[in-house]
Parts: sequence; C-alpha cells; structure tokens
Amino acid sequence: MSVVTDERGRPAGRPGRAVRATGHGAWFLVLPALIPILVLSVGPLLYGILLAFTDAQSGRTAPTRWIGGLNFRDLLQDTLFWESFRIGLVWAVAVTVPQFLLALGLALLLDQDLRLRRPARVLAIVPWAMPEVVVGLMWRLVYHPDAGVLNETLRDLGLGEGRDWLGGLGTALPAVVVVGVWAGLPQTTVALLAGLQNTPRELHEAAAVDGAGAWRRFRTVTWPALRPVALAITALNLIWNFNSFALVYVLTNGGPGGRTRLPMLFAYEEAFRYGQFGYAAAMGCVLVAVVSVLLAVFLAGRLRGGDDA
Amino acid sequence: MRTRTGARLGQYAALLAYLAFLALPFLWLVSTAFKPPRELASPHPTWIPRDPTLANFRQAFDEQPLVHAALNSLLAALGAAVIAVLIGTPMAYVVARRRTALSRAATGWVVVSQAFPFVLVIIPLFLVLKSLRLIDSLAGLILVYVVWALPFALWMLAGYVRAVPVELEEAAAVDGAGRLRTLVSVTAPLLAPGIAATALFAFVTAWNEFFFALVLLKTPEKQTLPVVLTHFIGAEGVADLGPLAAAAFLATLPSLVVFALVQRRITSGMLAGAVKS
Repeated sequence: MSVVTDERGRPAGRPGRAVRATGHGAWFLVLPALIPILVLSVGPLLYGILLAFTDAQSGRTAPTRWIGGLNFRDLLQDTLFWESFRIGLVWAVAVTVPQFLLALGLALLLDQDLRLRRPARVLAIVPWAMPEVVVGLMWRLVYHPDAGVLNETLRDLGLGEGRDWLGGLGTALPAVVVVGVWAGLPQTTVALLAGLQNTPRELHEAAAVDGAGAWRRFRTVTWPALRPVALAITALNLIWNFNSFALVYVLTNGGPGGRTRLPMLFAYEEAFRYGQFGYAAAMGCVLVAVVSVLLAVFLAGRLRGGDDA
Repeated sequence: MRTRTGARLGQYAALLAYLAFLALPFLWLVSTAFKPPRELASPHPTWIPRDPTLANFRQAFDEQPLVHAALNSLLAALGAAVIAVLIGTPMAYVVARRRTALSRAATGWVVVSQAFPFVLVIIPLFLVLKSLRLIDSLAGLILVYVVWALPFALWMLAGYVRAVPVELEEAAAVDGAGRLRTLVSVTAPLLAPGIAATALFAFVTAWNEFFFALVLLKTPEKQTLPVVLTHFIGAEGVADLGPLAAAAFLATLPSLVVFALVQRRITSGMLAGAVKS
C-alpha cells in the first residue's frame, strides 16, 4: 500500500482530512453562490436602508440627495401608514394564531394510526403547492356574492341571504384572514408533524400505562418535545404573514376603503405607483424594526416561560 | 394501548372536517372551471356541473396570452431551479462539512433571509437590476428567483450532505481518489435524489411567485403566468368566472404534480436540515 497523500502532500489518514477542502478549494465552491447572494440579497438590503435617508424617486432627473431623518419624521405623521400598520399586525396575529392551533390539531390527527392518514397527508399539502394568485382567485369564487358557494350554502341552510364578503367594510378583513389561515395551514402542519415524530414514543406509552389521560400526556410528554418546533414555526409564520402580499393583492387589493391594506400593499403603492422610493424604503425600515422588536419580545417571553414550566 | 371507539370516531370526524376545509375550495374552483355560463348565472349553483363543458378553457386562452405566459413561467422556473442547485450544492457541501465563520455566516443568512422584508429589498433590487439592464427581462427575474430560492435550497441540501457518511468519502480518498474525483463519483450520486428534490422545490417556488414578477416585468409579452392570471380580475360578470377558474386551474396543475412527486422528500428535507450535527 502506498501512503495516501492529499494535494499538499501530507498523509491523509486523520478522520475528516480527506474530505476537508483546503481554503482555496472552499472558496472556489462557495463563490458561485456567494456573489449573487451579496449582489442581489445582502447588498440590496443595505442599499435599502441607505435609501430610507434619501429623497429618491422613480424617474426623476435631479440627483438624489441625503435628507437625514426627514422620511421618518414624515412617517410619524402619516396616519394612513399607521392605520395600515395596525391592520398588518391584526392580520398577522389573527392568521398566525388559528393557523397554529388548527395545524397542531391536524398534525396530532395525522400522527395517529388512522385509516385515512396517507391520502389525508397528501391532500393536506394541496394549499401549499398552489400559487398564491390562484389561491386568491379561488377564494374570490368561493366568496362571490352571486355565484359563490359560501352564500349558496348559507341560503340552503336558511342562514340569511348571504353578503358581499370581500366588499363589505366589516367582513373584508375576517374574510381574507380565513384565506390566510387556509393557505398557511399545510406548511405549519408539516413542520409540527415533523416535530411530533421526534417525540419519544416509549415515554408516551409509559405515561398511558401509568394512567395519564390524553390531555396530561400531551402536556407532559408531547408538548415539551414539540415546543422548539412550535416556537420556530410560529415565529416564522408571524413574519411571513406580516410580509404577505399576493393573497390580499388578489383578493381585495387593499379595499374596501383600505380595510385590508396591509403594510406591504401600502409600501408597494408608495414605491411603484407614486414612485416615492426613499419614503417607501423608510416604511420598510420601520416595519422591519418593529417586527424584530416584537419577535424578540415574543421569543424572549416564550423561552423564559419554558424555564418556569 | 387501545383508544376507545368514541374517541376514534371523534378523530375521524375531525379529520374529515379538516379535509373538507382544505379540499372544498379547490373542488369549487374545478367545478366552476367546467360550468357553462348558464349554470354560472343560475341562482342555485351546484357542486357538480350538470352540463360540463370545455368552453371556458378555450375562452381563457382567447382572452389572455396564457400559452406565452406559461412558457415564460416555465423558462423562469427551470432557469431558477437549475442554477440554484448548481451553485447551491457546492456551497451547501462546504457549509455542511466545515465549521468555519463562513458556514456560520451562511446559516445566519439563511435564517435572516426568511425574515426578509420584501419591501425593503424590492426597491434597491429594482434599482440594481436597472443599472445592470436586467429590468423587464426574464434573465433578471431568474437571477432574483435563484437568490430567493437559495436559502431554503441551502438548508435542504446541507441536510442531505450531512446524511452522506464522511467515512465513504474518506474511503474513496484512501483508495487514491482525488478530492474532485471523490465529490463527483462518490458524493454526487448519493446526493442526486436530494438535489432533484431541491430543484423541484425551487421550480415550484419560482413557478408560483408573484410579487417580484409583478414589479420587475412590465412588457405584457414577458409577464409570467401568475401576473397574467391577475388580468382576469376586475371583469367579473358571472359569465367571466368560468374562464378565470379554468385558467387558474391549469396554472396550478404543474405545481400540484411536482409537489406530489417530492412531497415526501420535502418533509424529510426539512427534517434533515433541522437536525443539528
């Protein structure tokens, strides 16, 4: 047997040595992905933060100037923006909480030894696979005041004449929230199901033998194992929902009367309809900052709560 | 341990309720797509079309350039999927196999990018692509989709790489294979199913994407399917619902097929990526 050497001529016997790329090799492997990430992801993020301090506008010939915190001062006065911001928070929480509870229920069911489990698992991810635009169009059909199945069902059940769900001032936001829950259910379920499958079976059975009821078993065995996954997916859902755009754009485009104008829709219009790039970037900064703080508070609170339990 | 019959029944009832909630809206879409205008206008719409027709599909193709838009979407999604795994796999390999500052930075970026506020990124992205003369072009959109699909692709791919035992690569090296040779003929074949699953996932993500396409593509001939589908909104006399449903149904089929193919792998990929070594 000859002595095996790696490219630098050193013996390659130690574990891991053979596969460990040298410094140059690693860069060679990483660069093709790193350059687009830097140019089209990290770069724009930083550029966006800078833009918030300028008066950048689309299609203007005069050079863009630094204006310091002027955008932010204007934003503080902008009641329309804060109304949109409030709607965004309501939407994010109203979608995320039922999403989690429903997904938890479904995941627990799919984890059981039920007969319909396999087809159910496949069916349950259909909403995940659908383009958001199609989800929006589909629910427009469901909610349609004349030809929609919802009003038709209500009429059949004798629950009144039905209404224009997406056009009504009071019903528009709840109606889009239902769609949001529907659209995000599969992903949350899959994540929770994955977490459930990591829970120790033996412990579960031991608890059952000891006479613990279903609720007690869930609280003492399942939940502690599921908690990290549950926290992660809920935090992600909060962010995703707060940033959501396509669903509501298709369903209501922010109407009626701005009742469903999520912050993303607001900023989109500001940037690409009115061309106020700098101002819209400032909105983006504020949204990110507030969401980060809320998220930090949420996670810190949850984690601390875990120590007490 | 045996669950009592009553509880079992309750579980089946709950499961059926879930499936109804998840499936019925989609069934309504399909039903609407096959209904003739007369039935759509009827005050008592039915679940199953009494007189099913394909006329809605023909009309949808007449109203909007669906074939062209589908080709644009296909090109964008294929381009994004292929490029994402081509550049993502080597990086995922390094991230999975080496514990360096770079790996940590990459993992951090994967997490942060999930929280990315699109509004904050889209404006500068628009300006950057404009200066690169890539605005209103599919090439620019593909680039954006690649970067957009990369975090999750890296996450999945790194999980698959960790699942390949280091010992195999070491054995190949002991047998005298160079590093490149080891990667190509030992690691890559074992990664192939994972790479395919990741590519398909990136494909669906790009095929379904709407926001970037809406902002970045202005010329009608260049628009992708989701953007063109929104042109059906607005003119919603009852008779127009049929073509709308038909087009929406067709646009979903590729995603559904691909998703059905990789469903299992995506779940396991999420798990694999989540397992910390």
